[in-house]
Amino acid sequence: MRRLLFRNFVHGPLTEAAPAPDDAALAELASRVNQAARRRLGRTLAIREVDAGSCNGCELEIHALGNVLYDLERFGLRFVASPRHADVLLVTGPVTHNMREALERTYQATPDPKWVVAVGDCGRDGGMFAGSYACVGGISAVVPVDVHIPGCPPTPLALLQGLLALLEVVSADVTQARTDKREEP
Amino acid sequence: MNWPHSIVGREAWQAAAARLQAGELCLLGLWGEPGFVHMALMQSTSNECSVLSLACESSRYPSVGRLHAPAQRLERAARDLYGLEPEGLADARPWLRHGGAYAFLPTEGESLHQIPVGPVHAGIIEPGHFRFTASGETVVRLEQRLGYAHKGVEALMAGASLERAAQLAARVSGDSTVGFSLAYARAVEAALALEAPPRAHWLRALMAELERLANHLGDIGAVCNDAALSIMHAQCGQLREQVLRAAQACFGHRLMMDCVVPGGVLRDLPADGERRLRALVARVRAEFPDLVEVYDNTASLKDRTVDTGILTPALARQFAAGGFVGRASGRNFDARRTPGYAPYDKLAFEVPVVQAGDVNARVWIRIREVEQSLALILAMLAQLPAGPVRVAVAAQFATDARAGVALVEGFRGDILAWVRIGAGGGVERCHLRDPSWFQWPLLEAAIEGNIVADFPLCNKSFNCSYSGHDL
Repeated sequence: MRRLLFRNFVHGPLTEAAPAPDDAALAELASRVNQAARRRLGRTLAIREVDAGSCNGCELEIHALGNVLYDLERFGLRFVASPRHADVLLVTGPVTHNMREALERTYQATPDPKWVVAVGDCGRDGGMFAGSYACVGGISAVVPVDVHIPGCPPTPLALLQGLLALLEVVSADVTQARTDKREEP
Repeated sequence: MNWPHSIVGREAWQAAAARLQAGELCLLGLWGEPGFVHMALMQSTSNECSVLSLACESSRYPSVGRLHAPAQRLERAARDLYGLEPEGLADARPWLRHGGAYAFLPTEGESLHQIPVGPVHAGIIEPGHFRFTASGETVVRLEQRLGYAHKGVEALMAGASLERAAQLAARVSGDSTVGFSLAYARAVEAALALEAPPRAHWLRALMAELERLANHLGDIGAVCNDAALSIMHAQCGQLREQVLRAAQACFGHRLMMDCVVPGGVLRDLPADGERRLRALVARVRAEFPDLVEVYDNTASLKDRTVDTGILTPALARQFAAGGFVGRASGRNFDARRTPGYAPYDKLAFEVPVVQAGDVNARVWIRIREVEQSLALILAMLAQLPAGPVRVAVAAQFATDARAGVALVEGFRGDILAWVRIGAGGGVERCHLRDPSWFQWPLLEAAIEGNIVADFPLCNKSFNCSYSGHDL
């Protein structure tokens, strides 16, 4: 253990700086998210992940967002254990009939204001499973969706880009809400 | 190579059920289609595999689960999907078909309380429901309710083209996408008496070992994380990411989805593929031993994993538990060895087996399998034959329907694929059986007598697939 800790101390963080194209995009995202979050929002987004019947491929890549190379939390985005603590529901899967009620109840348990991100090709329209007797097909058929992140599964980078798009939407809403409030007599 | 297939009567079916009960046979799968029920079996001693089929008059057949518990959930699933009634099965509750109240098994006793968990869990995991009955901190019973991820895969496959069915097979369980694609492709090739080119076999095996490596690395870290040793999670997570990036560079997809197809593989290694994979192996070999040392020498972690969630060898044998779950409880079985398939017949590798059956044993089996997979990747790169990577499948169709079956070793254990191809060249029926079917029930047994707080460790050490099971 000591050797490992010492090596980590000497080497510094593994979180990636900037080289290859993908990594450059990641670094660019990092600064944009930080600015957007700090300037407009001034807070973090708490995300609750809901698997509505995915093949678990999307979950693997959502997990990867948390590894030290992507380090999601540096952007002010973090996963929480309960929908009651969440601003965002990150939903995967073609929404099986067996998960429909659970998804609806999770949505209802999430306090306003809240946003829904549909992840993966299944989340858009059922993907490969569209037309199955067992699937509703698409998350927007059950709860209102704010952003779609396509891919089968989307890469961690695509997931980050999608969450950035959401941040822009969210922060615009917040700006609008503040403006509305100021205009009240 | 295809397995012997017999269409039997009720007597022979019941005789097979009795031999399963006696432990002479292992159950590899039981599935239905309208009017028929099928069973895949393996001789316990000789490892010979076969398929039995029984015509179900009035949609009824003698229950195997009545005598052999591992068949019970499979029979409940076949009843839900095809209306086939297993005569004599006491459990009349649906399994994959939800809707309406579900009667959990009653629990009686003083000071018992129940803890319902899921289907939406606290972590980023798949949907399923766990009903714990606890006495204080001690779990006296866990009952699972699964089926939340049921997508109707078999119905979508019926009538699909071979290509579309391959895409569905690749999405039965995303973490085993190579394993399922391989099982499906080999079953199709068995049905059509078609042999993939030699180089395709080796590239498939390379992908399968990369998938095993990625999952084992991720899960070793995740088990440690459930015992709050986050440094292991971070270090294993970054190694897993290196594997996925190498897969992306070599095969065009981080999880290698849709890369294995009937007839071969979709694309060959790129020019620098071999160098990428050698660099990956070198990196994991440089960093992994330190992590193993941390696992082995952290007393607070060992305190959580040793003697926790013990699965007895007897139960592992009865349920024919595949993969590291079986091998950590003394079951010496690996589909790469028996029945075996190319190119593993030309490769030397060890199949680690221990008897202890606790969380620690399952972690150690996976550590040893990481080492084996690294050695296998290097051995494969050294022997990789030249030549084409795919043969055309379309020309091979015959005028009659043909069935094929295959058993391959995914990272969780043996994946069974059975497919019947119609005269038109499309899939008539396809059944894919995830190893989790026989591992989920064992988790119920392993958690008994443990404290509730150790469930995440036990669950992660099994890491059963919800989607693969729910189909």
